[in-house]
Parts: sequence; structure tokens; C-alpha cells
Amino acid sequence: MNSQLNDTILDVRDLRMYFPVTMGLLRRKVADVKAVDGVTFKLKRGETLGLVGESGCGKTTVGRCIIRLYQPTGGQILFEGEDITSLPEEKIRNLRSKMALIFQDPYSSLDPRQNAGNIVGEPLIIHSMVKNQSEYRNRVEELLRIVGLDPSMKDRFPHEFSGGQRQRIGVARALACEPSVIICDEPISALDVSIQAQVINLLEQLQEGLKGLSYLFIAHDLSVVRHISDRVAVMYLGRIVEITDSQMLYKNPLHPYTKALLSAIPIADPFVEETRERIILKGEVPSPLNPPPGCSFHPRCFQAIPECSQSIPPLHEVNEGHEVACIRV
Amino acid sequence: MTQGFEVYSNGEEQTMSTLLEVKNLATQFHTEGGVVKAVDGVSYHIDEQEIIGLVGESGCGKSVSQLSVMQLISSPGKIVGGEIIFEDQNLLKYEANGAKMRSIRGAKIAMIFQEPMTSLNPVLTIGRQLTETLELHLGMNGETARTRAIELLSLVGIPSGENRINNYPHQFSGGMRQRVMIAMAISCNPRILIADEPTTALDVTTQAQLLELMKAMVERFHASLIIVTHNLGVVARYAQRIYIMYAGRIVEAGTTKDIFANPRHPYTIGLLKCIPRLDEEKGRKLVPIEGLPPNLINMKATCAFAPRCSTGSKRCSTDPWPPLTHIGNQHYVGCFLNDEEKKSELSA
Repeated sequence: MNSQLNDTILDVRDLRMYFPVTMGLLRRKVADVKAVDGVTFKLKRGETLGLVGESGCGKTTVGRCIIRLYQPTGGQILFEGEDITSLPEEKIRNLRSKMALIFQDPYSSLDPRQNAGNIVGEPLIIHSMVKNQSEYRNRVEELLRIVGLDPSMKDRFPHEFSGGQRQRIGVARALACEPSVIICDEPISALDVSIQAQVINLLEQLQEGLKGLSYLFIAHDLSVVRHISDRVAVMYLGRIVEITDSQMLYKNPLHPYTKALLSAIPIADPFVEETRERIILKGEVPSPLNPPPGCSFHPRCFQAIPECSQSIPPLHEVNEGHEVACIRV
Repeated sequence: MTQGFEVYSNGEEQTMSTLLEVKNLATQFHTEGGVVKAVDGVSYHIDEQEIIGLVGESGCGKSVSQLSVMQLISSPGKIVGGEIIFEDQNLLKYEANGAKMRSIRGAKIAMIFQEPMTSLNPVLTIGRQLTETLELHLGMNGETARTRAIELLSLVGIPSGENRINNYPHQFSGGMRQRVMIAMAISCNPRILIADEPTTALDVTTQAQLLELMKAMVERFHASLIIVTHNLGVVARYAQRIYIMYAGRIVEAGTTKDIFANPRHPYTIGLLKCIPRLDEEKGRKLVPIEGLPPNLINMKATCAFAPRCSTGSKRCSTDPWPPLTHIGNQHYVGCFLNDEEKKSELSA
């Protein structure tokens, strides 16, 4: 959108996260679940990157690796130019004041025994962002106001709020340390349709107000992801299969999985629906424990050729800023 | 509580005959906090071989209205009024657990539930669960029922049915379990299939598979389908007519094209403006519906949407909930705004 977009804030290179599968008394490792297997992308300052895919594709794991809730098995994560892949435990806390996470479920991600003010204020104390009591109080009230809650609600407990209000508390908590990146992990999928738009608009307003705030927006709903994101990465079984700007994604999807995913989502307009092509995929997403050889999408792909099972197609640039991992493209 | 409601089955030219007609249905839950009018004077109908959509947010009474048709409402809930006419008989005259209702429930009117994880019995094989229905309603026995069950499994796209029939629900994925549910629902050749949020818990590509399957099945069995959902996209794709529900009432009804091209109730208009569309242009702003859905306990008699409505008039907070009025070809809306527009049109 503007010049500050060129500044890369987060650089993820060949990220891999394998979870061991253990068996028996000695917890022998028998296999790996390759939840994330070679994911590469860049997030620019002030940008929103959408990460979309079906359950089990590894999108949440990517988010958790970046904020170092998991120790990645391989690859590199550069945040503001600094390699944070193997940052020691004591430095991670400092990192998390610059990166925040908004969780999916506003019902279980807020401590039921803390009031809203304490939930929002806790990061301020942990990261020593405030000097004294009055500064703390002012900042908490300001944060609640920013997310559209009445500051007088700060003494209420999570159960006294509605789902949408709780998610606003979650957003306020994420904003507390003035982070430069917020990882939003399915932030609206637990909310009612008419409430979802309120939270989406709040996130958009925040980004307009706080220049340079970047979002990594993780969700399964492609229409929501497309709405909020500047660029979208589509994931399938631990890998990015296509990454491009959100307009191109709808106008010119290239990967067969992206095409199928787009056509599987009904558009709320019967006149558009009448003429839309429908690609109905066969089968289901294979287990990441035992992925098919070669391109992991080929058993379900309607454009597959025998070569697809030979090797894993790398992500390659087809147009400027449009990368696809498919040998048929 | 159910008065002042126009029932609109007559006068319309219908090519197909009406299969199910619900008139002024009211279901209430008596709780410690007060009376919850989950369904409050709901009327709708479905024709033969028709697909209709019932759309609303959680808690608007869309599921309860369908469970009422099946008489699956348990205490503290109670169906307190209305008629459910199916094959010229009022189903509400039958006792919920009586022989007559049992011969209809699951056989002539079948239901597919939201949670394929919890709506199958975990300790019985899916074969047992499938043959149970066949034995009960169609009087099949042993081997015949088993053969039919295998046929049904292949019909809904579960390969090697003869092996899978001995499996337990946990051995199936979510999508496969929902296929089993569909097989059970169609097993007795129902006239009506009620799908209550059938794909909400599933992945997008699986959702598309199952909706196509359901459509194919109702076409094959010449049945009608009621899709209960919060997803406007799903109804836009599949339904011929739509009912929009809010706080226990139907606020707008019409053909799918009318509802989307010419929505008249402020709630319907609001819903369409607040959802992101896959094909939208860059920079489109969502217009959220401010406020929250109402608490259904001890509700006032006035329009429940009024507090969130941007176009409301004075009448909205004083007069009782506006009845559904006919505004053109099968299009009905329950809002004073349209009355006033009509009046101004007439006087003009």
C-alpha cells in the first residue's frame, strides 16, 4: 500500500516442526508428525498476511512456532532482522512483548478468576511497561477504550461478557505491550455472524490507527481471510501451496487446491452461485503422519499426472509476488 | 403469544403440493430465570421436492423449531401451541412417544444433526445403528437389513461397505461419520430430510462434498430438504426459498433470489452487509450489526430487533411485534417499515 510495506518485519525460512510419535514404556520414537514441513514467507511492516487451510494443515503450528511456544525442528525465523529460532528461554519473554497472540476461543483463553482490568494489565506489569499505579490504571482504561469497551467494565469478570466482548478483551491484552506483530489464530470463528464483523472492523481500525502494526491472520474461512489480508498463503498438509495478494487469489488462483477451496465456499448471492463452477474434491485430507509421496495433494487432485507422485514441488514464482507449488503450473 | 400472525398457505399459485405445513408453532422453555420463548409463532411450509433454508444466528430458535417438528423437545421445553400438518394430519395431536409419532420420526421425516461426533452411538457398530432403523420401520430382518445397509453406505460414498459396516464411529473421520448419518436418514426413504447445521463442524472441502451428497440424495429419493444454517452462502447455493429467523420468529421469507436481490427486513439487510464475500472487491467495508442478539428470557412483546435496528420508527418500541405481511411473489416481511412504505406508495 505504501512505502513502509517494503520493510520486512518477520522472515520465516524453511520452517519445520515435527512432533515425535512415541510408543511403549520407554517412549521410543516411532515416527514424526510433520505438522509444518518447509514453510517460507515474509511479513512486511504494516501488512496483513492471511494463512488459510483446513484443520490439520499446520497453520496454527506456524503461528505458535513464530511466537516460540514451540521449539521448531528446523528452519529459521527472523524477527526484525534477528534470528529468534533458538533464542534462550530468558530472552523469549522480551520477544513476546513485541509479538502478541489472539486466541480462537474467547471462552477458554481468558482466566475466569481475573477481572478484565487485570487480564489486560498483566502484560504491562510482566514487561514493566508502567512505572506506577496511576499510569497502570490509565493505560488499562485506555486499552479498553481502544477496543470499544467501557473502561468502567474493568472490574467485571469474563463470564459477565458476551463472546464478542471477550474477544475484545483478548485484543486489548494483545495490544498492551504495543507489539509490532499480532498473530491472530482463528480470532472470530467462535463468534456469531453478526458479531464477527465487529471484531474484523476493530482489527482493521487498529491497524489504521497504529501505523506499522502487522497481522498474521490464521483462519480456515477464506472469505474472512481474503477480506482482511493484503496477501494470502494457502497451506495444505504442512506446506504453503500458493501465496499471492488477496485480489489475485480470487481472480487467478493457480494451484488446483486453491481452486477447489475457492469453489467449495458458497457465495451469499444466488445469482453468482448459478454460474459458478464447482470442483468437488474426492476423499479427505490425508494424515500428516503418513503423507502421500511427492505432492501431498496429488491423490485428491483433478489435474494430477504420474509425475506428481515423484517429487515434492517447490514453491516457485510465476508472476510477480505470486508463488505456486505445483508442477502443472 | 401467537396471535396476529398471518398464515400464508392459500392464494399462492404453487406447482407442487405442500408436504409439510407448520402453523403458529410455539415452543417454550420454563426455566428458573423465566419463560424462554424459543419459538414464538413460527409458520412455514415446504413443498414436495423442494429445498428450503432456515437461517439465523445461534439462539434464534431455528433448531428448536425443527426439533419441535420431530417432537424431540424434552423438559423443561414444551410445545405450547400451533399445528404441524404433514400428510393431512396434525402431528402435534400425536403423543411424542406414541406409536404414530414413532412411525413418522426417522422414517417419513428424518433428521441429520450438527455433531456427527456425538449423534452416533459410540458403543454400537455403524452396521447395528443402520439396521436398527431398517428393522424398526421397514420390518427387515438380519441378512436383508445388512445387505441394504451396505448398499446405503456405498450410496453415500463410503467404499468397501461390507468391511466398514462392522466398524465403530470412532474409526471414521468427521466427514465419514456425517455420511453415515446421511445413510441413516435416507434409509427409510423419507419424504422430508431436516439437516440441522449439517456441515458446521467440518472442513470446507468436506462441507462441499456433503452438501452435494445431500442434494443428490433428496433428488434421488424425491424428498424435500430443510437446511438449517447460519451460513448465507449455503442457502444461496442450494435453497429455493429462505426463511430468516430472529429471536424465535420468522422475520422475512421469500424465494432465495428475492431475499438476496431485494432484502426488506433490516436484519436481513444487516446480515448481508456484515459478512465478507469471497468475490468482494478490495476495500469493501463490513457494516456490523451493532449490539447483541437479545436474551430470550421474559422478552417484551415489541420487535426484538428494534434495539439493534438502524431504521426503526417510533412504533417499533410501542406496538407488538409486526406480523409477516405479503409484499409480493411469495415474499413476506415482518417489519413496520414496509407498512409505512406501502402507505406512502398508496397515497402517492
